Amino acid sequence: MEEQLKQTCLHDLHLGLGAKMSPFAGYDMPIQYSGIIDEHNAVRNHAGVFDVSHMGEIFISGEDAERFVNHIFTNDVSGLEPGKILYGMMLYEDGGTVDDLLVYKEFEPRRYLLVVNASNIGKDYAWIKMQACRWKVEVDNQSDIWGQIAVQGPEAEKTVTEVLGFSGASDLKFYEFCNHAAADGSRVILSRTGYTGEDGFEIYASPELIRAYWKSLMAAGVKPCGLGCRDTLRFEAGLPLYGDELSAEISPVMAGLSMFCKFDKPEFIGKEAIAAQKAEGAPRRIVGIELQDSAVPRAGYPVELEDGTEVGHVTTGYHSITLGRSLCFALVDSGHAALGTPLFIRIRRRVFPGTVVKKRFYQTNYKK
Amino acid sequence: MSKIVDGLLYSESHEWVKVDGNVAIVGISDYAQSELGDITYVDMPEPDDEFKAGDDFGAVESVKTSGEIIAPVSGKVVACNTELAEHPELINEDAYSAWIVKIEMSDRSELDSLLNASAYAKLLG
Repeated sequence: MEEQLKQTCLHDLHLGLGAKMSPFAGYDMPIQYSGIIDEHNAVRNHAGVFDVSHMGEIFISGEDAERFVNHIFTNDVSGLEPGKILYGMMLYEDGGTVDDLLVYKEFEPRRYLLVVNASNIGKDYAWIKMQACRWKVEVDNQSDIWGQIAVQGPEAEKTVTEVLGFSGASDLKFYEFCNHAAADGSRVILSRTGYTGEDGFEIYASPELIRAYWKSLMAAGVKPCGLGCRDTLRFEAGLPLYGDELSAEISPVMAGLSMFCKFDKPEFIGKEAIAAQKAEGAPRRIVGIELQDSAVPRAGYPVELEDGTEVGHVTTGYHSITLGRSLCFALVDSGHAALGTPLFIRIRRRVFPGTVVKKRFYQTNYKK
Repeated sequence: MSKIVDGLLYSESHEWVKVDGNVAIVGISDYAQSELGDITYVDMPEPDDEFKAGDDFGAVESVKTSGEIIAPVSGKVVACNTELAEHPELINEDAYSAWIVKIEMSDRSELDSLLNASAYAKLLG
């Protein structure tokens, strides 16, 4: 039996805009409105707004909060100042990835907000609760009561300042956030983060406020953007998607995300396993591949050597909208992961030559 | 509402066929292009390639996904629309003028199993 799809607080507004809808992570989500290319270019050149209310918000607080977050998180939150955000992963003991997430250091002492992937909310919450039983912490899954939108693009700061009235937006640097009190007393979080490779903001608020913000942005002519271009944008910026470039089988070392794992921390779950991978070399690695032709490498297509030996598979691929080149991420045997290695991708009846290149295909434009 | 042109034949996999003597001119329907979205690449066969009806002989790639092109009739490829290599978006602009291949049919009776415009309209519902 098909499970009933959940709806975000903006669902009826998406339908009203004529969005093409599709199931994603258990939600009926907008894939595109005017078209993926048009929306993608709006974010690269101006600004666009995404409904990301499906993302999960899990709060951790209590006496042991800092030590506990450091226990389950690969990055290091010790001494993290209130208002700062870190990206990292939660790992299994064997180094496989539970999820990748953002950790916000709240302004209250001993309190953190973890923002996790929609598809993993249930799994993550259960995992954190299970780990938490020996610690003096409270774990509070508030995913269902927060709405969230992402305003992304070079004009994002101007947009959230002028259209939504966030006067403090220009004071935030990338990976910083601040709180606002709404007129009704509810909390609003303004966060300078995103998943597009552009400057931008993610705004967390009550469903009612998120609806009001969305309507104001539409009235101001800001382009509504769907999950289709969210994927093309993050892909060009070299950002992983859980399930494709990170998974229970793909560790952050394999994904090339060691910089978000602090091996000098005394301990965290999975540290020994990924430290060993780093020391000995991971068996497989996520690489970028550029094709000479404009055929499109899609997830699952085999990656081969010239003699036809299969050495991996594509995890995400597009004909890049911004760069006009056929590019992909692929999981390949580490012996074939060096930059410049010639690799071949089998696309239907033919094999197309390509080269291993850096994964950050597009030069990102964050406000440091 | 997708556009359907009278006088063409259609397959259940959303190709259209225009019959010109012994040659079948093949493209994808307006419904197919609208489902695919922005088309970025057309993977075409080579002239002289031979296919049986039901073989997939190419693909239309959009940003998001790819749709296989299924040969609606058996025969030999006699021409490919090379303009689509540079301008695949022509299919989005007018799916019925942006033909993809011309096939010299080996069995004209296969045309009988294709749908006419009204039957295709019924298929789309």
